[in-house]
Amino acid sequence: MCTYQTHKIKISGSGKAKMGWISLKEAAVYVDHPVHLQQDHSVNIDFADPARGPSARVAVELTEEAALALADAIHEAIAAAPPGLAAAGTRP
Amino acid sequence: MSDALRAETVTIKGHDDDEIEAYLARPLGDEPRGGVVVIHHMPGYDAATKEMVRRFAAHGYAALCPNLYSREAPGADPDDAAATVRAAGGVPDERLVGDVDGAARYLNSLEGANGKIGVIGHCSGGRQTFLSACSLQIDAAVDCYGAFVVGDPPAGMPPTMKPILGLAPQLSCPLLGLFGAEDKFPSPAETAKLSEELDRLGKEHEFHTYENAGHAFFAVDRPSYRVEAAVDGWGKIFDFFGRYL
Repeated sequence: MCTYQTHKIKISGSGKAKMGWISLKEAAVYVDHPVHLQQDHSVNIDFADPARGPSARVAVELTEEAALALADAIHEAIAAAPPGLAAAGTRP
Repeated sequence: MSDALRAETVTIKGHDDDEIEAYLARPLGDEPRGGVVVIHHMPGYDAATKEMVRRFAAHGYAALCPNLYSREAPGADPDDAAATVRAAGGVPDERLVGDVDGAARYLNSLEGANGKIGVIGHCSGGRQTFLSACSLQIDAAVDCYGAFVVGDPPAGMPPTMKPILGLAPQLSCPLLGLFGAEDKFPSPAETAKLSEELDRLGKEHEFHTYENAGHAFFAVDRPSYRVEAAVDGWGKIFDFFGRYL
């Protein structure tokens, strides 16, 4: 099945795409067919900078277990660091 | 029949006379032949779809797949283009019909065209095939597991995914439907409802639902591939187009 559903958020960060490092402005999360992972469906995340065109994209395709574990690991890593250390607008 | 063919990327006029990219394959022989418009699936204008285009040419048809994502993502990798269009909400139905119409006109302008046009699509392209066959004068249409022809999409779907069963009275040609018994979108109940409606309207159609097959059973590069269903399905497609094109 195709779900067609897409959850989009605005983000601030950087990622390494085929063209090199790019700023990331948007993330799209959806459960649908993967391009590369060999299973019928996966949790797909596209990090992108739409203003720089379709190729300004960092894509991952994860199993459901991997995606949930990643979400937990993100929460744990942030909780283990001093509060606000990586918050938007901070400078060394 | 020789299976020699020529395949290339061309520029065609799509909806609103927009210039869009398309992949063309045609037999080298000069016998009169029908044309087949191949509507690519949601993952895009990709290698697997181009392989299908060449397959039709090897069987004696001129086949053309318009890149439905040409406008948003010209020259991009198919997966990047698909992600861009997905994030933008998908391809509007009206534009899709215009692009298929442009592809059909292009095929009919080629030397050797017999004026007959078939349309085929998989997954989202299955729904778009039904949409095209209800919106344009087509000679034969093949819907491979197209969802949301009948059923209301779940909440959160883009507006491009509205059901189109109400268009059935305008279906302009025989319809071959190939579905998987284990598919949920479209479910066997939905394809049965479509079949009932076409029966009621006296619209010629032939539906096959394969056991042990779900969505995307034709996709040779995905785990959903089911060799028995796919081999039988290809046979039915060529038999069907052989009768009407």
